[in-house]
Amino acid sequence: MTTESYATIMAQRAAIIRASVGLDYEQYVAGALGFDYERLLTDTGYDIETTRRVQRRTAVGDTPLVELRQITELARRVAPPGKGARIFVKDEAANPSGSFKDRRASLSVHEAKQRGYAGVVAATSGNYGAAVASQAAKAGLRCIIVQEAFDSRGVAQPEIEEKTRACEAYGAEVMRLSVGPELFYVFLRTLKETGYFNASLYTPYSIVGIETLGDELAGQVKEQTGRNPDVVIATHAGGGNVTGTARGLRKAGAVNSAMVAASVDLSGLHMASDRDFNRKSFTTGHTGFSMPFTTWPDRADVPRNAARPLRYLDRFVTVTQGEVFYITQVLAELEGMERGPAGNTSLAAAFAIAQELDEDRLVVVQETEYTGAGKHPLAQLNLAKRLGIEVRRGDPRDNKPGERIVIPEHPSQLGVVDVDLDRIRREYLRHAIQSLPAGEPLSDVDGEFLAAETRTSPSHVRKVIDELCGKTR
Amino acid sequence: MGEAIAEGTWVEIRRIVLPAGERAPQVPADTRAVPLEMRVKGFLLAPAALGDEVEIATRAGRRLRGTLTQINPAYTHSFGAPVPELSTIGDEVRAMLREPEEN
Repeated sequence: MTTESYATIMAQRAAIIRASVGLDYEQYVAGALGFDYERLLTDTGYDIETTRRVQRRTAVGDTPLVELRQITELARRVAPPGKGARIFVKDEAANPSGSFKDRRASLSVHEAKQRGYAGVVAATSGNYGAAVASQAAKAGLRCIIVQEAFDSRGVAQPEIEEKTRACEAYGAEVMRLSVGPELFYVFLRTLKETGYFNASLYTPYSIVGIETLGDELAGQVKEQTGRNPDVVIATHAGGGNVTGTARGLRKAGAVNSAMVAASVDLSGLHMASDRDFNRKSFTTGHTGFSMPFTTWPDRADVPRNAARPLRYLDRFVTVTQGEVFYITQVLAELEGMERGPAGNTSLAAAFAIAQELDEDRLVVVQETEYTGAGKHPLAQLNLAKRLGIEVRRGDPRDNKPGERIVIPEHPSQLGVVDVDLDRIRREYLRHAIQSLPAGEPLSDVDGEFLAAETRTSPSHVRKVIDELCGKTR
Repeated sequence: MGEAIAEGTWVEIRRIVLPAGERAPQVPADTRAVPLEMRVKGFLLAPAALGDEVEIATRAGRRLRGTLTQINPAYTHSFGAPVPELSTIGDEVRAMLREPEEN
């Protein structure tokens, strides 16, 4: 293994990424900031039917939609009279490697194979690693997964340890790293040394692969109820889940279904901190990813992130760690489904949101994930206790990430906290101005791009930008 | 000097990727104070002892070098003991569903 320095490799970043994704992002540039997002996605050549055909070859997708009748009944017991929408869940744990991430991995690995790459590399500590490893195994490609896996004392996060095992079970090489964003340097170095395909979570293939989820979901809800879902809730981290699902729903004609993102609130914990690493109790679906990625998607490992959640979000809520552990237990004991826990973030939100809606409304949680050793509330809560984090029953509003996990005492205590989307849009626009080259005016093309990015109008974009510039200059 | 471990044994190696003084500028102080470390598993390419600088063949077919730290490393993650704070939730919600509806 060569050992090119951090600075040398980071300086070659653009060239390494271009070679490893096999996509020329330059051709989509429009204006100083904007790019043709729709064309980037449609140029993949995968419409829903083509994607479905590729995914069915490896038994990805076609997962059951399950009505959670007991949980719905429980919500109605604590809701105001007449309230308590029907709650459904798309059981994505039924995918070959146990999560919806198989949909994201399938097109990437298919592309890598078609284009003659000898292997694939992905930087991920979560389900996506197992998905890429599983798909690579089926395609006969080599696979390397780069994980942030343990702290400086060598203590591994149990859920990531399970992912290491799963990836190795599928025949992948797993490079396990201690905590830090320099993982990206190791990732780039590995891409350069191997010449393998970059199965990034944020390429167009990864996002288009999720569209089948939204499409299937809409079809199944219609088949079971005769209607489109009123609310679809996705656990939200890097933004792909929200983006791909919403696109699939629209393509299926479910244009009025509200797209809601739910994240576990981890405020106060630093994502690059060696100390905080094992104090999060969640490895994904949390605000440590969703806040930075929603306010600026182009911080990913590709030049233009195909996951652009602000384009699709109708609502963004957070729930607490304790609420997710509580609903995970309820799902097991009332519905006989042991899943998650990370995927149950949106179920915790659904339980609260269903109580805002009339009984005939339909709320869909769009994923589950497999559970197992390490990847389970027991493993996380035992680790939390060992680290001195208090675990107790009580009011979930007293939950404090890294210090105290408060498991609700009663289902009526479950709630959501709304994230102000206008504030998020403003934050996005602040990032946008910062990335505008000095002296470059904001063109009309850019104004329209930013309006589409924030689901506002070009005049609103200009007004906010003028306000922000007035403050900063 | 430890006992020789046979060529072909499944092992784990460690390697410092970035020493404590050379971490990226944006990392917080606690992370900056420790090295970035890598651990990878593979098949040992020549007989060696624990602590030796060795070469392994990974499952991706790559040859990587590092310090030999573990022989046939175990997966030790588990569930752990039942957590009392979760143990009664099932009975609580089942009891609620058995109660007659109020409205």
